Amino acid sequence: MLKDRTAIVGIGQTRFAKTLDEPEKTLACRAVLAALDDAGIDPAEVDALASYTMEETDEVELAKSIGAGDITFFSRTGFGGGGSCATVAHLAMAVATGQASVGVAWRSRKRGSGVRPWTNTSVQLPTPAQWTRPFGLLRPADEIAMLARRYMHEYGATRDHLFNVALACRNRANQNPAAVMYDRPLTREMYMDARWISEPLCLYDNCLETDGALACVVVSAERARDCRQRAVYIHSAAQGLPAQHHGMVNYWNDDPLTGPAWTAARHLWKTADLGPQDVDTAQIYDAFTPLIPLSLEGYGFCGRGEGAAYTEGGALELGGRLPINTAGGGLSEGYVHGFNLINEGVRQLRGSSTSQVPDAATCLVTAGEGVPTSALLLRN
Amino acid sequence: MSVTGTPATGVPVTGTSVTEAVHAAGGMAGGLLLPWPDTDGEPFWQYALRGELRVQACADCGLRRFPPRPACPRCHSFADEWRPTSGRGRIWSFVVAHPPLLPAYAEQAPYPVAVVELDDDPTIRLVGTLTPSVRRPDAPWNAVPVSRLRIGAPVQAVYQILAPGVAVPRWALTTP
Repeated sequence: MLKDRTAIVGIGQTRFAKTLDEPEKTLACRAVLAALDDAGIDPAEVDALASYTMEETDEVELAKSIGAGDITFFSRTGFGGGGSCATVAHLAMAVATGQASVGVAWRSRKRGSGVRPWTNTSVQLPTPAQWTRPFGLLRPADEIAMLARRYMHEYGATRDHLFNVALACRNRANQNPAAVMYDRPLTREMYMDARWISEPLCLYDNCLETDGALACVVVSAERARDCRQRAVYIHSAAQGLPAQHHGMVNYWNDDPLTGPAWTAARHLWKTADLGPQDVDTAQIYDAFTPLIPLSLEGYGFCGRGEGAAYTEGGALELGGRLPINTAGGGLSEGYVHGFNLINEGVRQLRGSSTSQVPDAATCLVTAGEGVPTSALLLRN
Repeated sequence: MSVTGTPATGVPVTGTSVTEAVHAAGGMAGGLLLPWPDTDGEPFWQYALRGELRVQACADCGLRRFPPRPACPRCHSFADEWRPTSGRGRIWSFVVAHPPLLPAYAEQAPYPVAVVELDDDPTIRLVGTLTPSVRRPDAPWNAVPVSRLRIGAPVQAVYQILAPGVAVPRWALTTP
């Protein structure tokens, strides 16, 4: 069992902005060195690396630039933002099993100033793109909007429920000076009048397009006690690729509305001493607002079909039943493939969030829903 | 391209593959992406060119599966056949796409796209654009007013030739 045997002891990040001048590789190195400095660990001690398959800065480039020592473990996780928590999970497994002692996970991305992946027409992945893209279902927003309308139809969810999600994230970003949307409040009127992207999703149902990089450092619980910062323990971790699942375009199985969150959640809770009722705050992957109700159901905060209603009455706000995305999330802090959700989970358990949940002791962090995913249950 | 015959099971016998036709067209037609078949998907597009909506099924246990793949997830047989369907279905969900989009798509935006569940097997669902009538397979993507769309609406497959040797199914609204 992974249970509390490893901990996150350092976090680092660059600025978040629509456009940053430095290249992704430079941003990656800055975030990693900042995380190691935060932990008080010499970069020469790093012997494990983990990132996403979509990460452009490879292990060789990163290791030689930060002055890492000999690396004895390195891994990549696929499926875009579904791999965020898996990077930390892989490091935890490597450290817990003695394959390495100091692990660094990172993500650096210039999604704000760089290209939108869906505009690429020369690399058409044959499966499953041949079944969707020729019919005008071009973008991730279109693919998720399809599930969103079906979800709204089956369970009576409304745009107001999606607005609740967008507003909670924006309100937290308005408290976080590092957030891209720090000084940009959101109102219901703005939301309801916003331009469509893919009906039923409007502009504010979509995450930001951000340049930025983040990293964190994983060591054993024993080593964590000697580090500079309060240890945040990896209590449990899970990945999830459900039977007969199709990433993003999950239209081709018996029950398209139960996504990878359900699979990851079963393993996450099975290997934990805690349950959903013990979670003080959650950082839930929010590339699109409908992923929040779907994830609330999948991770067991409510029953099937109840995720939208769960958002009512300020439940997701600070002081609510489950404060989410307390730095603003992908919708309003910055969209860096969900890595900012990991770092915010750590800040909550250190007591240093700009939207601190009083006495937060347990935080769920999730990766992309709608794709093969991963999750972490953190505690202090 | 011509289809010269269909064996009892498996891929229809053809002169040219849809994959080759798509390559010949550079993967695009008028700025729109053509389907880029893989080996498993090729028969689907061959049948579409003949105006047939067929789905892959296990030749041993009979389980239909979509998207096409090498083996049956139930009995693990590699033997398959392509079974005809009525081409009738119902809208399972739909979106209306607005810009930003690729230029040729933006010209037709806002346009609806549906996922349709087949009457023959509701767990087989297909993505497609919509047209107001079976007589108009070439109607613009935005020809159907969004107000006419609802989940559960009956539709019928029609076929539009996008490039020489490449056809795609679309969904025509029918009267219930």
